[in-house]
Amino acid sequence: MHGCQRMSDLSRADSVGLVIPEVYRHEAPFALQCGVTLESFELVYETYGELNDQASNAVLVCHALSGHHHAAGFHEVSESRPGWWDNCIGPGKPIDTRQFYVVSLNNLGGCHGSTGPCSINPRTGSAFGPDFPLVTVSDWVRSQTLLADDLGIRQFAAIIGGSLGGMQAMQWAIDFPDRLHAAVLIACASKLSAQNIAFNEIARQAILTDAEFHDGKYREQGTNPDIGLMLARMLGHVTYLSDDGMRQKFGRQLKSGDLSLGQDVEFQVESYLNHQGRSFSKQFDANTYLLMTRALDYFDPARVYQDDLVLALSNALCKFFVISFTTDWRFSVERSKEIVDALVKARKDVASTVIESDHGHDSFLLPIPRYFEVLSAYMGQLHHEIGDAR
Amino acid sequence: MRADLAIIADLINPGARVLDLGCGEGELLAHLQNTKQVNGYGLEIDGDKITTCINKGVNVIEQDLDQGLGNFASNSFDMVVMTETLQSVKAPDRMLDDMLRIGEECIVTFPNFGNWRCRVHIALRGKMPVAQHLPYSWYDTPNIHLCTFRDFERLCREKGVRIIERFVADSKHLNRPLMNVFPNFFGAIAFYRLGSRSG
Repeated sequence: MHGCQRMSDLSRADSVGLVIPEVYRHEAPFALQCGVTLESFELVYETYGELNDQASNAVLVCHALSGHHHAAGFHEVSESRPGWWDNCIGPGKPIDTRQFYVVSLNNLGGCHGSTGPCSINPRTGSAFGPDFPLVTVSDWVRSQTLLADDLGIRQFAAIIGGSLGGMQAMQWAIDFPDRLHAAVLIACASKLSAQNIAFNEIARQAILTDAEFHDGKYREQGTNPDIGLMLARMLGHVTYLSDDGMRQKFGRQLKSGDLSLGQDVEFQVESYLNHQGRSFSKQFDANTYLLMTRALDYFDPARVYQDDLVLALSNALCKFFVISFTTDWRFSVERSKEIVDALVKARKDVASTVIESDHGHDSFLLPIPRYFEVLSAYMGQLHHEIGDAR
Repeated sequence: MRADLAIIADLINPGARVLDLGCGEGELLAHLQNTKQVNGYGLEIDGDKITTCINKGVNVIEQDLDQGLGNFASNSFDMVVMTETLQSVKAPDRMLDDMLRIGEECIVTFPNFGNWRCRVHIALRGKMPVAQHLPYSWYDTPNIHLCTFRDFERLCREKGVRIIERFVADSKHLNRPLMNVFPNFFGAIAFYRLGSRSG
């Protein structure tokens, strides 16, 4: 029954269908911002749609904290869920694969196939583990330009990302202004607030203080800091939802009929968070989680421009689209407004909208009609601007 | 293009920096971007109108005018435009101050409550006027601060705002001879080009 369900999802007209991840191998030294040089690296990526003759219709999708390259379609017929942004990428969807050639990768330092803490360190012959160097959003963007070169993409029609993904799109606009036509920044911020860093630090401490963490060498010990990862994810989840959204989704519903007034899981919300936390701890590498949250904390493109975001963005040549969500308190509407105001001051082309939603920061992953309508409109206009050169 | 927008477009220099407050479906900005290469932004609150702007490639920013314009720097635009919106904001006087703080010049258009049709409605029928240029009933109108041309000009005098140009038209945006003689009686809509007192 489940298999049949998959088959029908797979063959739906708006699905990109079966996809096979590919690997880009960079065989030359790659110097990271932290001063360490990787002797080589690999990026795993997927593409959907077809690159046109002028190579003008490419769209880069950048993932957020716990994302990866598998953004749309299915890896195999038996896969239980499609890629993480399947609702947005496909034929007839907001990022329409009949119009655009979509590239989605797993970032450097990730744990889904790209070179990261789980990879073998060529110098030692064993996994990097905690010794994998710190990577920054700038490093990611530079590594992405190498992938783009390899794919024959000189200029992206758009670089799109939510949350940490939006930060990468912003960094692209600043560091490689002639390599993108548009940057779409969704539920984004130009830097984290103290509150955001605080949440990340609690998540990190949950992992670091887990008895099974072993200073990051848990693999060698044949174990995994499951509890730490679970707590980190549970905390993250609470901050990605809104009070209203949680009330609507769970209320004070109980798992079983009546209160047992015991210490076990009683409320639906507890059960949900436990489940999310547990499954995350099985799928995600703790060292990568630490590395990704650090990259988030350090992101602040204005820092090297005298803390002046206007000055930082004045390099940009692309147009911008900034989308935020009313109940997002992790990357609030105000943070997006700061970006828009800086772009106006820097005299850049920018459109922005605020989407009514009860789902907090998670909204950027959900098919909210108003959100998808306006994103479709923007992508349609971009397609018009680059010209259908197919 | 709407006749009133064509009149406004004529008043804007090529390459100017333009801020359009309540830009609607972005008709004016799209026209100015295509014909005069302006660097323009429009503020709008209505979702469908924002989508229409995006479909036109207009720089539309979702922002509620009643929350103020504090996010725009002083003297950062050549022209700040507000068409048929001044009468529906919470504080038109403060809005005018802000517009002249942000822009070197402003263009404001609004319906004239002193038009003879309005006067007839109130004087003879004892009813709030509903006319072509004021199509709403009193209970559902967004026009919460209606005024006459004379009222507006008095406000400008009090604030020391310089009226550079005024163009009076009927509800179809046509200028007829009598309007220039008795604007506050025969005019339905006015276009004001304003500058700060210092200018």
